[in-house]
Amino acid sequence: MIIEGRAHRVGDDVNTDYIIPARHKSRTEDIASLVPVLFEDLDPTLASRIRPGDLVAAGHNFGMGSSRETAPRLLRAAGISAVLAASFARIFFRNAVNVGLPVVECDTSQIADGDVVLVDLEAGSARIPARGVEIKAHPLPPLMLEILRSGGIKGYLEAQGRSVRRPRKGEDRV
Amino acid sequence: MAALTIAERILSRRCGREAHAGEFVVAEVDVMMAHDGNRPLVIDTLRELGFAKPRRPAQLFLVLDHAVPPPTAVVANIHDRMRAFAEEHGSNLLEEGEGVCHIALPELGHVRPGDLVVGSDSHTTTLGAVNCLATGMGSSDMALAAAKGEVWFRVPETLRIVLGGAPGPGVDAKDVAQYLIRRLGLHRSNYRSLEFQGPAVAQMSMDGRFTLANAAVELGAKCGIFPGDAVLRSWLEGRIEGRFEFVAPDPGAVYEESFEFDLGGLAPQVARPHSPGDVVDVGEVEGTPVQMVFIGTCSAGRLDDLRAAARVLEGRSLSPGVRMVVAPGSAEVYHSALREGVIETLVTAGACIVPPGCGPCAGIAQGIPADGENVVSSGPRNFRGRMGNPEANIFLASAATAAASAYVGAITDPRRLL
Repeated sequence: MIIEGRAHRVGDDVNTDYIIPARHKSRTEDIASLVPVLFEDLDPTLASRIRPGDLVAAGHNFGMGSSRETAPRLLRAAGISAVLAASFARIFFRNAVNVGLPVVECDTSQIADGDVVLVDLEAGSARIPARGVEIKAHPLPPLMLEILRSGGIKGYLEAQGRSVRRPRKGEDRV
Repeated sequence: MAALTIAERILSRRCGREAHAGEFVVAEVDVMMAHDGNRPLVIDTLRELGFAKPRRPAQLFLVLDHAVPPPTAVVANIHDRMRAFAEEHGSNLLEEGEGVCHIALPELGHVRPGDLVVGSDSHTTTLGAVNCLATGMGSSDMALAAAKGEVWFRVPETLRIVLGGAPGPGVDAKDVAQYLIRRLGLHRSNYRSLEFQGPAVAQMSMDGRFTLANAAVELGAKCGIFPGDAVLRSWLEGRIEGRFEFVAPDPGAVYEESFEFDLGGLAPQVARPHSPGDVVDVGEVEGTPVQMVFIGTCSAGRLDDLRAAARVLEGRSLSPGVRMVVAPGSAEVYHSALREGVIETLVTAGACIVPPGCGPCAGIAQGIPADGENVVSSGPRNFRGRMGNPEANIFLASAATAAASAYVGAITDPRRLL
């Protein structure tokens, strides 16, 4: 999977409350209607600058905090094509893959706001072509990559006959 | 046979083969919990993924705790759907008022040592105090777990947290939890299992252990597991039926790293706005004016916490201009606090008691601060906007520190009032 998008730069420890505050989350079940308040408590102007296809470049521990799947679903609803981060909080990481939002663990320190970044999920790499920057990414475990390739857990289950493949012993030791 | 950590032993038993840190396994789960705060609801995601019903409905617990009683028609209808689902499929429902999922579930005997527990809430780690592996997941993973009775896991590496020494009066498990976050940071423990050990753990009450296991997720961990011992055995008496077996690490189990902390002389710890990771000794923020205090939540809303607040406020009143909201963590906590006169002390001091539930902590209902106000909360998180207003500042502290601050009208070291 090759993804190309313009980066919005955020810092370390961006929590799921900042992605979608509970006070908004609890008032509706229509997640797409919440796009205007995405990142509201982090930067109230950020949502209005996001265009479909853009990506998010973050520091450490992106998605820390609550287990709300609303967070990656809302990023997808806003058109975010991938999140690159130095590291992810584990629940967000799983949730993102399940809803088909590509997540890339890599050194994001060289990515600036507005950079166009080219990501190759299979190869585990990211590039900033305009500046000739090459970034090695931590490859996704095979099972998570398979789920992402299917567009998320729903597509994966449809393709796999409603069950999750049992990982082979040792296959994940990449 | 390699020597295994507690997390490796529990996951090995549930996946049918010996599993080591770093491996991916599909493991059978023992307990599944989903609450009313999720969007989408786990029961809706189950259908969205193409499944008609839960595989082992009796092991699924639906809990109404995030917005109780319902503040809006949207929430009331969600509650109604959850009730209907439990009725239709024979799953368990914890009604509004029964308490915060992570407090009520173990109290009612639904979690056993050695269990593999998944919940649709990050603070599911709390249940690790019962010597089980408990972890949070999102709606899709939870729906899959409910549909299949199993879900995939990456077997975590384990960090050993060894606690020694005894904190003095006025310093409790919430202070220890915040101290660990201060020392280890918000993401050193990402993906890891924490095993709590040491003499201070052996001395700690179950209420305190739940508070510490709750903080595992703030540290980034997948789970935080306490040992099986006499304290746990006596707490489980009358709660669970039948035989159970504690899970201990094998001698020689491989830990990624061990951290030792001496709790002797520990000062009350306060997390400053707007991060649970910005923790300082109470002395550094003493005197900061306070307008609102909140005591409750899965972090520090148990009987030990309410007692600590009552001890500080006995014969005293809230400082003029300070409001205090108290949400007993569960019906059991509420009953005990009533019987002991704790609630009477708090109400006499001027506190407003709200029903057991999560409301004020997540900014959903029953205690939203005004613009510019400083709040001292015994909850787990103080992100900007967490309590429903991004213009408020939330300090996290123990119930004793919160109560002392309510009495003085400014952040106060509770040891001054004991």
